[in-house]
Amino acid sequence: MVLDSHKLIAASGEPGDRVQFTEFIQKNVSLYQFRNGIPLTTAAAANFTRGELATALRKSPYMVNILLAGYDKETGPSLYYIDYIATLHKVDKAAFGYGSYFSLSMMDRHFHSGMSVEEAVDLVDKCILEIRSRLVVAPPNFVIKIVDKDGAREYAWRESVKDTPVSSA
Amino acid sequence: MKLDTSGLESTSPFFGSGDELCPELSAAPSFSLPLSTDDTKATLKHAKGTTTLAFIFKEGVMVAADSRASMGGYISSQSVKKIIEINPYMLGTMAGGAADCQFWHRNLGIKCRLHELANKRRISVTGASKLLANILYSYRGMGLSVGTMIAGWDETGPGLYYVDSEGGRLKGTRFSVGSGSPYAYGVLDSGYKFDMSIEEAAELARRAIYHATFRDAASGGVASVYYVGPNGWKKLSGDDVGELHYHYYPVTPSTVEQEMAEVAGA
Repeated sequence: MVLDSHKLIAASGEPGDRVQFTEFIQKNVSLYQFRNGIPLTTAAAANFTRGELATALRKSPYMVNILLAGYDKETGPSLYYIDYIATLHKVDKAAFGYGSYFSLSMMDRHFHSGMSVEEAVDLVDKCILEIRSRLVVAPPNFVIKIVDKDGAREYAWRESVKDTPVSSA
Repeated sequence: MKLDTSGLESTSPFFGSGDELCPELSAAPSFSLPLSTDDTKATLKHAKGTTTLAFIFKEGVMVAADSRASMGGYISSQSVKKIIEINPYMLGTMAGGAADCQFWHRNLGIKCRLHELANKRRISVTGASKLLANILYSYRGMGLSVGTMIAGWDETGPGLYYVDSEGGRLKGTRFSVGSGSPYAYGVLDSGYKFDMSIEEAAELARRAIYHATFRDAASGGVASVYYVGPNGWKKLSGDDVGELHYHYYPVTPSTVEQEMAEVAGA
């Protein structure tokens, strides 16, 4: 989901926790911006998220794994790997879930710093192709989102099952 | 995690402590509710023995359900109302614990009415389902068993959400919940077209429930079909699935192949 104008969150895990926790983080990030007039940096948002997960860990843990991506004017793009036991790690590439077994090696092989958008989307497509062909429980549809100096936005969909469209009355 | 105990308050929060009416009931209960361990959760894990389904189509939302309540292998009732009328334009379906579904749907109806009074407009289906999802989320791990669909018609048109006691909430156009849901999905998915008339959609819903009750032991009784349109919901039919069986598959008299006859002589 879009966390704020220049941040994206990808979350996986238990359905209730996933929605409630990410919405909680999203609202708190907005609150900071309203109170202080400037948005949080990606690092600050990531550390806040990890802190919330860590506090809840020994009481009733949130079973959510998060990839937090953001673009800051001063430091450029950054990606943070935050798992459900509140691990925080700044990384270049990351993946969660059963598909990660296939995607991580694909990314290790083809990633290099200074990739263009076309090369990056091509790498994502390679990962999706691998997941589709190798994973027994592969999901049919994927969404690709991107965050750069112009903001966080949806880039493309890769759908293999299209639901029947609903037109509102 | 702070629990949403507004469902347990007996006096309205707007009027202070309400000391003239009932002085002893103004505070929320002070006991701490137990967090169930894995053992409790395993024993309370209801199999959601039922079949309910709902889908959006051109004319609105069609909601259907069976009416059997089972306790393990015993059929405790064949006439349970599994489609709950939250308010005149919103329906909820029941799967899981009957008491949980009935209580929390009733509570949701109260909250929706309070929203209407406070904001001078009806609550949206999105809002109502989020209210219910948040309440159920705050009771996570305590053994509530609710698998419900909230169907309604609001300013944006027909709306359908699936909400469960694990905290999940999904927006969609076709859902089926319960132990009979795989069977219902098969019939529903293959026969579904967005452009159906109300009669066609009702027949599809009825047929899907019938087929689920045929194969699933925990579903049966009466197949109720409700329609939600721009003017609210309307109950369309409630047919016993046993009668539906002979309606769809009538008994044809078959030719006699062999007949027993008296043996002549000793």
